[in-house]
Amino acid sequence: MSVPPIPSEGSAAASEGLNPRAPEGQRKGLGAEGSVYIEHDHHELSFIKKYIFSVDHKMIGLQFMFTGLVMLGLGGALAMAIRWQLAWPWTEVPVIGELLFPATGGAMSPEFYTMLFTMHGTIMIFFVIIPMLTGAFGNFLIPLMIGAPDMAFPRLNMIGYWAMVPGLFFAIASFFVEGGAAAAGWTAYPPLSTIKSAAPGSMSGQTYWLLALTFSGISSMAGAVNYATTVVKMRAPGMTLMRMPLTIWSLFIAALLQLFALPVLTAVSIEQILDRVAGTGFFTPTNLVVNQLNAEGAGEAAGGQPLLWQHLFWFYSHPAVYIMVVPAMGMASDILSVHARKPIFGYKPMAYSMMAIAGLGFIVWGHHMFASGMNPALGMTFMVSTIMIALPSAIKVFNWLGTLWGARIKLTSAMLNAIAFVALFIIGGLSGIWMAATPVDIYIHDTYIIVAHFHYVVFGGTMFAIWAGIYHWFPKMFGRIMNERLGQIHFVGSFIFANCTFYMMHQIGLAGLMRRTADPYAYEVYAHLQPLNEFISISAFCLFFWQGFFVFNFFWSIFKGQRVGRNPWKATTLEWDAPSPPGHGNFDRELKVYHGPYEYASPLVDEDYLQQTRSVN
Amino acid sequence: MRLLVTLLLFLVPVLGVWTFWTAEENGWWMPETVTTYGPDIDYLFYLILWMVAFFFILTEGLLVWFVFKYSKKDDTKGVYSHGNHKLELLWTVVPGILLLVIAFSQMETWADIKYRGNLPKTPPIAHVWASQFDWRVQYPGADGEFGTWDDVESPHLFVVPSDEDVVFILHSRDVLHSFFVPAFRLKQDAVPGMAIPVWFNVDKAIDEEGAEDKEAIRLYDLICTELCGWGHYKMAGRVEVRSREKFDEWMAEQEANVMSNGKEDQS
Amino acid sequence: MSEAIQDYDPAVDAPAHHHPIYDYDSGPPVDRGKFAIWLFLGTEVMFFTGLIGTYIVLRMGAASWPNPEDRLAVDLTALNTFILITSSWFMVMALQAIQGGDQGAMKKWLLATIFGGSVFLGVQVYEYFVLFQAGALPNVDIFWSTFYAMTGFHGFHVFVGIVWLICAYFEAVKGEYTKENYLRLELAGLYWHFVDLVWVLLFTIVYLM
Repeated sequence: MSVPPIPSEGSAAASEGLNPRAPEGQRKGLGAEGSVYIEHDHHELSFIKKYIFSVDHKMIGLQFMFTGLVMLGLGGALAMAIRWQLAWPWTEVPVIGELLFPATGGAMSPEFYTMLFTMHGTIMIFFVIIPMLTGAFGNFLIPLMIGAPDMAFPRLNMIGYWAMVPGLFFAIASFFVEGGAAAAGWTAYPPLSTIKSAAPGSMSGQTYWLLALTFSGISSMAGAVNYATTVVKMRAPGMTLMRMPLTIWSLFIAALLQLFALPVLTAVSIEQILDRVAGTGFFTPTNLVVNQLNAEGAGEAAGGQPLLWQHLFWFYSHPAVYIMVVPAMGMASDILSVHARKPIFGYKPMAYSMMAIAGLGFIVWGHHMFASGMNPALGMTFMVSTIMIALPSAIKVFNWLGTLWGARIKLTSAMLNAIAFVALFIIGGLSGIWMAATPVDIYIHDTYIIVAHFHYVVFGGTMFAIWAGIYHWFPKMFGRIMNERLGQIHFVGSFIFANCTFYMMHQIGLAGLMRRTADPYAYEVYAHLQPLNEFISISAFCLFFWQGFFVFNFFWSIFKGQRVGRNPWKATTLEWDAPSPPGHGNFDRELKVYHGPYEYASPLVDEDYLQQTRSVN
Repeated sequence: MRLLVTLLLFLVPVLGVWTFWTAEENGWWMPETVTTYGPDIDYLFYLILWMVAFFFILTEGLLVWFVFKYSKKDDTKGVYSHGNHKLELLWTVVPGILLLVIAFSQMETWADIKYRGNLPKTPPIAHVWASQFDWRVQYPGADGEFGTWDDVESPHLFVVPSDEDVVFILHSRDVLHSFFVPAFRLKQDAVPGMAIPVWFNVDKAIDEEGAEDKEAIRLYDLICTELCGWGHYKMAGRVEVRSREKFDEWMAEQEANVMSNGKEDQS
Repeated sequence: MSEAIQDYDPAVDAPAHHHPIYDYDSGPPVDRGKFAIWLFLGTEVMFFTGLIGTYIVLRMGAASWPNPEDRLAVDLTALNTFILITSSWFMVMALQAIQGGDQGAMKKWLLATIFGGSVFLGVQVYEYFVLFQAGALPNVDIFWSTFYAMTGFHGFHVFVGIVWLICAYFEAVKGEYTKENYLRLELAGLYWHFVDLVWVLLFTIVYLM
């Protein structure tokens, strides 16, 4: 155990008692390394201040994580209903069918199906993946990994979490309003989403949906300002930018993406709300007749363009795709390096390629619109930028492989999930090239190949990275370690069933089946796909219920897991210098960083790891 | 655990390649294309497929090998390496060139199919109107002009002649729809407020047994692929391909119907 | 596996109950608050880019676009624009006053800024009122849709700015700003200048072009 002793001069120096939040002019007596310290006693906070309206980044991170996990269960349940309908359309849905659809004898209606996939996508993206990555891991890890006592603006951080709560409310409440939840897809293309008579979900469910998005946007925004400021301004002495762990790079880049892409979604969502509530006509073309109702006759302005929404929506939502995968890349890089006992291969190319992905991410949005009627010449430029964005991803894959080469791999649960991340991200990345190639995309667009592709990236990639991250940082979060045997069982089943579920979607898509269809067998040519759909659905059910192992392990380990010290993985980065779990202010001694984040197998020391704070002289 | 993980990872490329290899005989593959530009699209699809397959097998293979080889119990230290400049250069430049090749090889086909300037110079044969949840085809009728009383309307059925360029104008009355005929390799969204010209040329006549019969009347599914509301799943149409002669026969019949109906209306 | 996990030693591993908090500054030499405000203004730029982009695309795509002079009181708004720009100048003066340590002058200039902003907002409300009377509602046509979205959201930003400045004024009254410490006033000023700048842009493209 090589935790350095707590230096005693800390408490002596603390007697000067300076307020770290004091404005620059008032800061006197800065430490030699530019640190400011205050006397600090642990007085017990009330339950509400400690667990509910907490300003501590670790507690806020956990709040995001628990919320994300609950919503993951909900989003997953919606997916199960989708899979039931696709394998056995218009039959009685088991367990909940009688309850929800008494009129049809337990079979779901096509209207309900459109709500299912709309809300599945919305919940998974805006209330699971983004809060889990940037909200949970971003909050928990950024201050710990750069050696800061908290976020730059703790109260803004708290507001960030609580701004998401009304969003959650609107998302869930929308199921219970007249007409039901939004049913225009998670992309909410107008006029389907803006004209109330176009779909039952477009009555008031769609307005709730837009409000849910706006609040989740405010939450992300508050977080992103905080993360970027914290990373730039609050690194411990010696923690240069090029000594930051890749997790921090990835979260920093994701924060920048959110800062500059999200406001556009907010603006355009507000325009859609106005279209729906105030009768403006941003996305309503002239002479629109929906369900025999003339939009202009109904007192709504016209002269707008439906494609405008698509452009502005994807201007945010394509960078959002990278917000959903770049932090996963960063976390997987760290976990691979720790458990491979080897430095990350090509640290700088790894960091630069993430920047390239983020930068290019702003000029590829049009690849969602190759079939939309957008000017084909624009399609050409979007194609080139999109195909070239595969290059940084390829560089990352090769560098992950380089990291494993010559390693001493420890097959922990965290490592297994990180390896799975690489294996599955490769598939999702490679299939993306078809979609980028405009002529091929003519056939592939809006088929199940797209569904397979983004599930390989977001589930195969990001979800496995989230699991890896939970297994890896759980000791730091709760001071206990998750059960390895259960973790391995969870991994094996998840890996098998995730592949069975999503790989075969490529085949269904190649056969031409379109996505978002409530009944694939309405077309004779797709009747032969039913056995394959049944196979996918059964795999999906198994995948869903297999998560019981994870849920049990997670909660059991919080209370009964084996207690661990500061650094159970013998890792090098700063968070492992803090106690597990870290107290208020995170670190109980002054930090100074001497090395990069991946000094494993270093010849300078006898151990196979050299902590960033350990000076070798 | 080590052997189990290796096996699992090994199965990914093996089963992955196997499903693609056997997909065609299982019917999990694209239908045979019948248009002039279909083979170009398929060629590009296969070009990418082969490149992707190569890198898929390479990277997954290396992953399996490394995980198997380096997860042995071993108390020595791993290789202390922070990277290799030459390797980085290699795996940046080679994929970069390949991706550029892929990008440039797409351009001609895309321009041929989609650019307005490359649209065949024939007059549009019909206007196709999409609405919740059906397709309506409007032919100009005997006078050759759209929007007159003798227009021929054909619900759900788009009849076209084979072996010649067919241009039609795609519209939507209400929400977004998408015109997709898998065998044609043709997909185009219908957008309200926009009139989008689309073209194709069916030059192969392959029936279900794969035999070619130019005289046969061939039916293809017309599928809506853009979410358009609760009935999206059943917004089906048909495209009927006939030889020019048989097309003219059908059209004459329709025009005669319109004429007789029109006369009744006038009387 | 198990060798990776060490025994838990409460003496070393439990969070200490009495310890200092270390807070580092890794530069650049700009206050955290100011850094964050600049990031926030960056997001605001993107927000208005979304709205203005919408306007430009719709106007370019429209078959015809009305002449703004026929529909809007350009003279009145030009005067209003002048008032807003003047209030920005008052803000600069307030900041200069506190830099010179003159709290009294700062408070006066701050009040003048708030007054200028309020007049601007009042004139805009009057303009809306007259337009509503004439039946020019957002659902009439796409010109009015874009007009109300852009000017309305700008107006909302002005309103937020005024509230912010009023808060700053109360802090000033409490004597919280001094020659050495006026950062919070500076942040409010940055926001106010940004809001004015956006208006100059909006006035140009909505009223003049």
